[in-house]
Amino acid sequence: MATMQINQEYIQPKYLAIWKKVRRNLLTTIGFFVVVLFLLSAVVGPLVVPYDYAEQNIEQRLQSPSVDHIFGTDEFGRDVFSRVVMGSRSVCVIAGTGAALAVIFGLVIGLIAGYWGGLLDDVIMRLMEVMMSIPGLLLAMLVLFSLGSSFYSVILVVGFMYIPVVTRVVRSVVLDIKTRAFIEAAKLRGESIRYILMREVLPNVLPHLAVEASMRFVYAIFMVASLGFLGLGVQPPTPDWGFMVSEARPFYNNAPWIIFFPAASIAILVVGVSFVSDGLRKMLLPGGVSSD
Amino acid sequence: MTEMYRSQKSIDTDPILDVRNLTVTYRTGQGLVYTVRDVSLQIAAGEIYGLVGESGSGKSTLARAIVRYLADNGQINSGSIKLGNTDLLTLPMSKMQKIWGSRITMVHQDPAAAVNPSITIGEQIAEVARLHLHMSSSQAREKALEMLRKMRMPDPESVAKRYAHQLSGGMLQRVVIAIALTTNPELLIMDEPTTSLDVTTEAAILDLVRELLTEYNMAVLFITHNLGVVANICNRVGVMYAGEIMEEGTVRQVFNHKLHPYTRGLLGCLPKVTNDKRNVSLSAIPGFIPRMNHLPSGCIFGPRCKLVEDDCQAERPSQVEAEAGHFTACRRWEALQSNPDLLMDVQQVRDMDEHEEGPLVFTASNIKKYFDVTASGFDSLFKQSGTEIKAVDDVSVGVRGGFTLGVVGESGCGKTTFARCIAGLEEATSGKMELEGQLLPYTVAKRTSAQKKRIQMVFQNPDASLNPHYTIGDSVSRPFVLMGDLSKEEIQMRVKELFSAVNLPEDYINRLPHELSGGEKQRIAIARAMASEPTMILCDEPLSSLDVSVQAALINLLIKLQDSSKISYLFISHDLAAVRYISDWVAVMYLGRICEIGSSEDVFLPPYHPYTEALLSAIPVPDPDVQQERIRLEGNVPSPIDLPSGCRFHTRCPRKIGEICEAQEPPWQDVSDHHQICCHITLDELRTMQSEVIVGQADTLREVR
Repeated sequence: MATMQINQEYIQPKYLAIWKKVRRNLLTTIGFFVVVLFLLSAVVGPLVVPYDYAEQNIEQRLQSPSVDHIFGTDEFGRDVFSRVVMGSRSVCVIAGTGAALAVIFGLVIGLIAGYWGGLLDDVIMRLMEVMMSIPGLLLAMLVLFSLGSSFYSVILVVGFMYIPVVTRVVRSVVLDIKTRAFIEAAKLRGESIRYILMREVLPNVLPHLAVEASMRFVYAIFMVASLGFLGLGVQPPTPDWGFMVSEARPFYNNAPWIIFFPAASIAILVVGVSFVSDGLRKMLLPGGVSSD
Repeated sequence: MTEMYRSQKSIDTDPILDVRNLTVTYRTGQGLVYTVRDVSLQIAAGEIYGLVGESGSGKSTLARAIVRYLADNGQINSGSIKLGNTDLLTLPMSKMQKIWGSRITMVHQDPAAAVNPSITIGEQIAEVARLHLHMSSSQAREKALEMLRKMRMPDPESVAKRYAHQLSGGMLQRVVIAIALTTNPELLIMDEPTTSLDVTTEAAILDLVRELLTEYNMAVLFITHNLGVVANICNRVGVMYAGEIMEEGTVRQVFNHKLHPYTRGLLGCLPKVTNDKRNVSLSAIPGFIPRMNHLPSGCIFGPRCKLVEDDCQAERPSQVEAEAGHFTACRRWEALQSNPDLLMDVQQVRDMDEHEEGPLVFTASNIKKYFDVTASGFDSLFKQSGTEIKAVDDVSVGVRGGFTLGVVGESGCGKTTFARCIAGLEEATSGKMELEGQLLPYTVAKRTSAQKKRIQMVFQNPDASLNPHYTIGDSVSRPFVLMGDLSKEEIQMRVKELFSAVNLPEDYINRLPHELSGGEKQRIAIARAMASEPTMILCDEPLSSLDVSVQAALINLLIKLQDSSKISYLFISHDLAAVRYISDWVAVMYLGRICEIGSSEDVFLPPYHPYTEALLSAIPVPDPDVQQERIRLEGNVPSPIDLPSGCRFHTRCPRKIGEICEAQEPPWQDVSDHHQICCHITLDELRTMQSEVIVGQADTLREVR
């Protein structure tokens, strides 16, 4: 590109402009801060938590929230606050990596299917439909039962499960873009397929992909929590919000805080990411294209 | 064009619609934008008032303000709107809603969007009758049929039972007009009602509106960007520019005694059917329509006006009644009045050398393109090819070096598919293409890089022609980068050369496509196509989405580039006047076949193919004095899946001579060396039955010959 260096000037104020747009919408701003808060707690969690998440203290069991234990303690006397903060780590990492896997594979498969079309597209899309026709949680349970549940297998399952959805979104955008005149002009001047896909098509898919990625993150958080609840998520003693909710059920009547805080964390994070996702959609796809 | 409809109604007889000093604003991110400023207009019963202006002139906002149906951020700031004796601005919204659809009705540009796709046509008209006229179901059904009959709809009973998708665009627009007229409204607002239709359909709809006006004594506000349509149908016309009315008067006053530089500019932009690129260039209006939030001081047209004086920019000129009923917002109207040719004679004579016929640089012989509509993907494994759409069926043309071949035809005639086959974007089914004596493979992927460079294309939609993620400098430099043997500095230099060739300032290089107007984007598309120094550029309706003043500049640019670099064009358009102007040769296409081909002077003079004759008759000519022969086509264009036997045009041909038209394919007849017609009627008979379709300016055409 002959004028790449000057392009840089455009990029700097662009981020400022984006931040201005974020601030214009209250819900997006709230979502943005929620996400930042949770990501922060995932990163610096070990430095701020007052107790070891696995440290049991039978004398202190089922304490209601207090100055010592702001979220109270659970049936083993473990500090719920420390466990919730440490739990954000596994959720963010597993859901984030899983969503990223789905996005990467979905992008590649969707680009190929959408751009080449014809028989290849038909074969790929029918396969994707087969995958989508199996209820997600059921599929995940089957795979995790047979593979055994571990940090990596959960990531793989979550990622694999959302590939078809991302593929469909990417493919539909590619189908639209590839008939635009600038693609035809590129063919006419003799560009390679690689150039057309990477330099002409891909940049126009990215905004849709960013919105889709944020949506997948939302669903992945849900899935990780559900698997955790069923005992198929991260294995104890590593804290997991879903599993914490599940464990706390017998104590619901006398110690509701044990179930409340992890459950509320799931809800707040999911809602926060959804707000960000909506904001992204409004900013990047002002035409109001729905991606799913 | 009958004189009867032009009877001038004095605006003193109580107008139906009386708008005074209307100002409309929108709240936007950049503050309050005054979109319509101090506009007054009156429309009497039985009158069609044409509101004409380029995009962004505020004409649709004005229409929406009149019915108080503005977007949420819009607001009427001052002025009054009266419908008969009702003051619309003081009415509560609940009463206003009762007026919508009964006393004021609207017809929009896209008929398909105005009709509910899941309710039958008859039911939709009946619904209006029940709601507003309080009819019983059976009465309403009767009323619906009556309305369809009034719309000259063939077989109204069957149309009433059909759904929207079963009707063509022209038929649907008739349905929309039927719905609008069911309640016998006082005011009918038509917002670009024929813009999405083909010329022949447009002519039929305009005829219908004109006839209906004698039956319904209503006022019509007719909004359009097409000056030809205005000249054809309106009694009075208001020329709108950037939110203000520049000139208003009867059609004859405004077209024949133009008293505003903008009106003169607009009319100067239009190629006349009788103009030739070798004689006159079009006079494009310099500059752009100002943004509504950055209006110039004084006269808003001042910065683009050739007559501008210091006083013009000091304060905003008020409207002057130059003659009875003829208003102008120009301070210097007297100068214009005393010299009717002022500003019009800037159409300087272009002196293109009448160069000898160069060699054929490109020939296409017997090109066919059949689309298979059933088998694709998985299906192609199991099904043999099924139904075919014969989009292009046996078309042969030749393009000479430095010449332009125009291809005209209505939508669906296969002209775009033909161009795409030549470009290699569609794979032709059969036929032979030769470029400079070399056989040209069907698809672009199989062509050598030298062949790819020689054929380039300019597309219809300027917004889709440029990748929104790259600066326009990147887009134009890319073809040079691909050549591989140029240094960065050389590329920069060539890009700059191209920018100046297409009259764009160099500092645009780092702009992104969304920062450009449609016309500028199209210039960039032309620059990009020119980069590889092609032999031929395929122009696929490059002007159709642009305003007239921008069109004129682009046509001038295309001709200038042709003159300097001897490039050939294949120019595809449905605009016959533009094709006539820019082309040396013209091919008329109907249903995948060429029915007449010849030098552009010859094609536009008799004898014509009956289809060409009908097309010429349908062109809205922007001159109320021009008389047009009135030939209207019946029925719809047949489906390209199930083509008519014999001559393809026989189902609609007004000159059909008998069974031979249905049974046998018509022969090619040579009118002259430069002119062939494909028709069963002998040339002598054609000559006797046809007269010149467009009379009035044809003398100039003769002189040209």
